Amino acid sequence: MNVHKGSDLITAPSNENVITVDSISVTLEDENNLLEVIRKAGIELPTFCYHSDLSVYGACRMCMVEVLDHPSGVVPACSTKAHPGMIVKTNTKLIRDMRKMIIELMLASHDQSCTVCPKSGVCKLQDIAAQLGVKDIRFKPMQKEKQKDLSSACIVRDPAKCILCGDCVRMCDEIQSIGALDFAYRGAQARVITRGNKGIGDVECVGCGQCVKACPVGALTVKTNITDVWNDIHDKGKIVVAQIAPAVRVAIGECFGEKAGENNVGKMVSALKIMGFDRVYDTCFAADITVVEEGKEFFARYEKGERLPQFTSCCPAWVKFAESYYPDLLNQLSTVKSPMSIFGAVCKDQLSKELGVPHEQISVVCIAPCTAKKFEATRPEFSVDGSKDVDHVITTEELARMIREHGIEFNKLGIGSLDMPLSFATGGAIIFGSTGGVCEAVLRFAASQLETGAEREFKQFRSDDGIKIGEVSIGDKTLRLAVVSGLSNARTVIEKVKSGAEQFDLIEVMACPGGCVNGAGQPDGKDNCDNVLRTQGLFDNDAMLQLHVSHANPFLQKLYNEELNDSHKVHKLLHTSYKNRRLIADGDFVLNAATAKKKLDLTICFGRSCFEQGAQQLYGELMKYVRDNGLEACTEFKGRFCATKCVRGPVVIVNGKEIEHSTLDKIVDEIREGI
Amino acid sequence: MQKNTQEFKTNFETVCAILEKHEFNPHMLVPILQEVQAAYSYLPEDVMNYVANALKITPGTVFGVATFYSHFALESKGKYIIRVCNGTACHVRKAVEIIKVFQTELGLDDKKHTSDDNLFTLEEVACIGACGLAPVITINDDVYGAMTKEKTIELINKYKEEAVNA
Repeated sequence: MNVHKGSDLITAPSNENVITVDSISVTLEDENNLLEVIRKAGIELPTFCYHSDLSVYGACRMCMVEVLDHPSGVVPACSTKAHPGMIVKTNTKLIRDMRKMIIELMLASHDQSCTVCPKSGVCKLQDIAAQLGVKDIRFKPMQKEKQKDLSSACIVRDPAKCILCGDCVRMCDEIQSIGALDFAYRGAQARVITRGNKGIGDVECVGCGQCVKACPVGALTVKTNITDVWNDIHDKGKIVVAQIAPAVRVAIGECFGEKAGENNVGKMVSALKIMGFDRVYDTCFAADITVVEEGKEFFARYEKGERLPQFTSCCPAWVKFAESYYPDLLNQLSTVKSPMSIFGAVCKDQLSKELGVPHEQISVVCIAPCTAKKFEATRPEFSVDGSKDVDHVITTEELARMIREHGIEFNKLGIGSLDMPLSFATGGAIIFGSTGGVCEAVLRFAASQLETGAEREFKQFRSDDGIKIGEVSIGDKTLRLAVVSGLSNARTVIEKVKSGAEQFDLIEVMACPGGCVNGAGQPDGKDNCDNVLRTQGLFDNDAMLQLHVSHANPFLQKLYNEELNDSHKVHKLLHTSYKNRRLIADGDFVLNAATAKKKLDLTICFGRSCFEQGAQQLYGELMKYVRDNGLEACTEFKGRFCATKCVRGPVVIVNGKEIEHSTLDKIVDEIREGI
Repeated sequence: MQKNTQEFKTNFETVCAILEKHEFNPHMLVPILQEVQAAYSYLPEDVMNYVANALKITPGTVFGVATFYSHFALESKGKYIIRVCNGTACHVRKAVEIIKVFQTELGLDDKKHTSDDNLFTLEEVACIGACGLAPVITINDDVYGAMTKEKTIELINKYKEEAVNA
């Protein structure tokens, strides 16, 4: 395979640390691979499966280049190391033909209903096909399963659009350490599915939506609630209220070609009022309440030295993750609801009094950067007297679509004013949208309480590192904190805490890397999308405001004095509970079936926690006991994945009675009593 | 499902033993699954989940490995394995009709291959090299040629009786 085609016979460059890319000389720095060097040279090689924060997979073969004198001639740039003196060609006839053919093959096995696809316009397959000038597809279309997976409140899977790049698989596994999606089957049958091809809503998925962000095509998209919101707006009997989450304001402009980080809350208010929302509020008001409640809760625990480290609970994907993987830590999660749900509860309580209407007549719509919030809104734990705190959640990107559906020219909108008083917020609330924000806001509150009137900033938690650890002195106390984003990082920190290698007083966890600014509901796939600018936008906004400490919010103080003055009501509106979730929610499975008249009914928990506490060994001992005592024929023995009593495992249920911290002797005593 | 449950009873302790033998090492997933399959004749879903749990890997990974290798079976197989030839000769002699009769009589379809009583598993094969007997089927090691709808029903009844008397 010769690279020196046509006129440009190239010799190796003299400088040792330089390679040649299509006659451009590029100096090697610390690039991870040839692809990064080529992109540095200004050649935008197409890729589907390359993400700088994920492992290199080399599946899509779009970044193939010719390398002079390389043993294999053509190599994938993403998984090839750049060596000094390399002579690389990125656009030879061979490469062009190959890339085009790959795209044609992908399109032949892709459901091409682009006009009705939610990813239309930000789809990489569309972009790259156009970029490479693919005009027709020489291959016969291949039928794939057409059934969409609608089982999740957050995510829709459309397998007919999957191009098998594996981006979602690596995102879920490497960044979130969940692994809900994986490759299965092989060859032409290869697919990306959940275990047993179950619905994504029925397995371990926490709904963070990072897979949607990673998916270059329409195989994974956000479950939309746009129609629900329009229906409520068009319902004359409903009072429709919008609440805008912090991270939305600094990103929505990107959908309309504006720079990331611009605070567009004023234009959003105008748009929402035109669309027919009766009231438009700021979720930040409730974020201030969260800070005060969570701060008080933290001090109470700190004084008593119990249920520490305290974990934040604003992030619904993290909450579900904790419920599924660390149920033994649930009593350490803050019981304070997220700002979204606090807002919903307080707003319905206040508005129903002000307007004299029942809760059911008020529809609260949260505009969030998040997909997991859609799940939180459906949870029974987030409701007051049977009335949901939040009725619908739409993402930043969905709101942009609604604005377009209405025909509103966003860029030309004037600035509207948020409705008061439930919109007044301090800077402490605004920064909730970034990793470290909740932690900093709680610390500001703590400092103001312990160092009378002190206004301090805690900038050490502002970087975009996945794990930030620091100590701060407030008053006479020294607190040790961890701020974590990305669930894989959360797992790392929790394992260290559990093993005793690290000790903390407070841990903030956000599921999405970088926090809510990088939520899966934020605009994505366009050149102007930028998390760093969004974060900067939030901190600039904070700096601009007069108040930075949540407790100083005068309307919050008024609310506490006049409405939230009894602890029962505070608890009812502002606090919640969590539940131990079975990781594998399938039914019990029979380990030993009774063949004669049943005398003994045993169920053993094989969940991860009980397993670690010796459930398998206990099962062996129990089976031996059953057999030795001639009970085999009359014993029904079942296994269960999690009896939801993880802290008190191993759990065995004997004739309906649950035995905690089971040992063989304990169970045998119970069996003897029964027979 | 009676037979299935019986198998579980004797075999779940075997699963525990297999895991212990391999010291709960996730890198030994393939040999572990092979041994589990040897014990059950297939890989029951609950056992795969249990293995994932015990090895501290995701159930999705186990499912991915189990579906990647054609050696692994995810469905339990019946006592009698019916293979209907649908090679060219059998196909033109209406093998598809024979398949349909088996499916109707045994309550099977394109996705469900094993009858609820765990007696029969229906498989379609490309050619068994007995084109002169088309349409031809095998049940376990016995070959039946020149199949008709009536003959198919007779055969099903014969094997059902055999199972009862066994």
